[in-house]
Amino acid sequence: MTEATVRPGSTGHSHGGGEIPLQTRNERLRSIDPSKHTKIDGRDEQWRYLDSARMGGLDTNTLRDASSELKVSAPAEFSSDLVDASDPSFGIAGLPEDLPTANAWAAATKALKLTLSGEASEPAFISVGNLDNQSAAHLIIQSKTHARGTVILDHTGKGNLAEIVEIIVGDESALTVVSIQDWDDESVHTSAQFARLGRNSKLKHVVISLGGKTVRVTPNAEFTAPGAEVELLGLYFADAGQHLEHRSYVDHAVANCKSRVTYKGALQGKGAHTVWIGDVLIRKAAEGTDTYELNRNLLLTDGARADSVPNLEIETGEIEGAGHASASGRFDDEQLFYLQARGINELDARRLVVRGFLNEIIQQIGVDSIEERLNASIELELARGNH
Amino acid sequence: MATLQVKNLHVTVETEQGSIEILKGVDLTIRSGESHAIMGPNGSGKSTLAYTIAGHPKYTVTEGEITLDGENVLEMSVDERARAGLFLAMQYPVEIPGVSVSNFLRTAKTAITGEAPAIRTWINEVREAMTNLKMDAGFTERNVNEGFSGGEKKRHEILQLELLKPKFAILDETDSGLDVDALRVVSEGVNRIKDANGFGLLLITHYTRILNYIKPDFVHVFVAGKIAEQGGPELAERLEAEGYDRYLKV
Repeated sequence: MTEATVRPGSTGHSHGGGEIPLQTRNERLRSIDPSKHTKIDGRDEQWRYLDSARMGGLDTNTLRDASSELKVSAPAEFSSDLVDASDPSFGIAGLPEDLPTANAWAAATKALKLTLSGEASEPAFISVGNLDNQSAAHLIIQSKTHARGTVILDHTGKGNLAEIVEIIVGDESALTVVSIQDWDDESVHTSAQFARLGRNSKLKHVVISLGGKTVRVTPNAEFTAPGAEVELLGLYFADAGQHLEHRSYVDHAVANCKSRVTYKGALQGKGAHTVWIGDVLIRKAAEGTDTYELNRNLLLTDGARADSVPNLEIETGEIEGAGHASASGRFDDEQLFYLQARGINELDARRLVVRGFLNEIIQQIGVDSIEERLNASIELELARGNH
Repeated sequence: MATLQVKNLHVTVETEQGSIEILKGVDLTIRSGESHAIMGPNGSGKSTLAYTIAGHPKYTVTEGEITLDGENVLEMSVDERARAGLFLAMQYPVEIPGVSVSNFLRTAKTAITGEAPAIRTWINEVREAMTNLKMDAGFTERNVNEGFSGGEKKRHEILQLELLKPKFAILDETDSGLDVDALRVVSEGVNRIKDANGFGLLLITHYTRILNYIKPDFVHVFVAGKIAEQGGPELAERLEAEGYDRYLKV
C-alpha cells in the first residue's frame, strides 16, 4: 500500500516535515453557547475538509428538539427517561466543541437517558430516523458500577440531525456502544460523542458510517481514573459524492489507562471523500499509558479521496507505549491476480478482498444481527459501485 | 487426453527503460500425464513463461500462441484460464487479509466447478488433503497467506492443486525456500495428486534438487528467453554435474 496524505503533527513525537497543529488538543474551546463558536471556515483545522454548503443548515439554523422522537427497545436491565439539565449526568461527559453541536445543545433542552444496571445479555436499540431537516437530539448512555451491556444507536432514513451522545462509563463497568450511520443519500448528520470512563472501566465504541450526504462523527474519550480501557473502532464506506468524516480524540488525563483506535474505510466513485483525524493526548500525569491508533483506507476507484491524520501529543516519557499507523492505498492488483488465477471472477475477487479488509472491524462488534446487516450493506455498496 | 501447446511465444514487459523482450520464441507441448521440467539460470524467463500462461497483466504477448485443446488461451481472462483447467502454483503467493483459507478454498472450488460443493463431502476432502500434506487442522481458520512461513505457503499452493483438480499444473519454483523435509512432503503431494488426477505438469526450477523427488519425462533448458536444449531425465543429471555455464558462455 502506498502512503497518502498522512500528516503526523505532534509535540515530542515529530517525524519531521509535518504540520504542527495550531493548538494543543485540550485547548480547544468547549462551550454550550453557539455564539462563542466560530462559523464553519476552511481555515479552521476542525473544518478544513468540510464547508457550510454541505452541512444542511445544521450550522446556521435554529434546530428543533427531536430527543423525544428517538425510539428505545431495551431489555429490563436498561431504564430510559427524558431528563433536563437538572439531571446530575447532563453535560458530565463533554461540552460542545463546534457550532452544530452547540446548536444542538441549545435546541435539545431534554435528553434521552438510558441507564444500565446489572448485566444485560441482549443489546438495547435506539432508533433514530426520518426526522425533520432541522433536528437536534441529546442522548445520555450511562452504565452503573459493575454493569455490562451493549447499546446500538441506529440512524436511518431522511433528516438532518445535529446530535450529542454522552457516554458515562461507571467504575468497573464494561459497555459497548455501536453507532450506525446508514442514512438516505441526502441526509446530513453531525454526532459529537463524549465518553467519560471511570476506574477500571471498559468501553468498546464502534462507529459504522455507510449512508448520508455528510456524516461527521467526533468520538471523544476521557479517562478520569486509572485502570480503564477504551477501544474506538470505525468502519466506513463512501460512494460518489459522499463525505464521511471521523475525528477521534483520546484524552489520557490520568495514569495507567489503555486506548486502541482502529478505523478502516473503503471508497469508490467520483467525489467520495473520507476524513479520519485521530488525536491522542497523553498528559503529564498519564504515566503508564498504552496507546495505539491505526487508520487504513482502500481506494477502489479513481476520483475518491481519503485524508488520514494521526496526531499524537505526548507530555510524559513514562509510558508503556504510543504509536500510530496510517495508510491509504489502491486496490492491490496482485491480490486480484491471485484470486482470479484460482478461477474466481474479477467481481467476486474484489468483493472478497474488500470484505476481508473490513472484516477486522466487523468481527469485533459481537452482535450477530448487526454483523449480518453490515455484511449485506457492504454487498450492496459493492454492487452499487459495480465492483 | 488434454494438450497445452505454446508456439513461437514472444513476450515483452514494460519497464522504465521501455519495453523489453523476455521470451523470444518459445515452443512447448505438454500432454496429460506428462511431467516437464523447465530449468535455467536466473533471469532466463522461466517464471515469465509461467505467468504468461496464467495471464498476468504485466506481460504482453507480441507474437505466437498458447492453446489448450485447440482453444485460444490468450483470449481468456485470468479466471477463465483457471476454469479451463490451468493452475499456477506461485512462487510468492500474496496475502489476502481478512479472508480465511476455508472461505478462499470454498470460493475457488465453487468458481472452478460452477457450483458450491456439498458441505460435508467438501470438509472431509479438505481435511484429508491437509492431512496428506501434514498441515495442522487449524490452518483453514487463518487468513490466506498472512503470516505463513515459506513452507506453509507452498503447502497451501499444493493443497489448492489437489482440491481444484486442474488439467495442467505449473509449479513456479515451488522448491525454493523449502527445507528437505518440507520439500519431500510437497513433492510427495505433487506425485500423489498427479497419479490420482493425471494432470500435465510443468515444473519450473533453478535447481535439480526437486527432480530427485519428482521425476520429469522431459527436461528443457531455458536460456535467454528460449529453450536452448531439451532431452530426457538424463539432461537434468548433466546439469547437476556441469551447471549452466556451458549455455551462458555462448
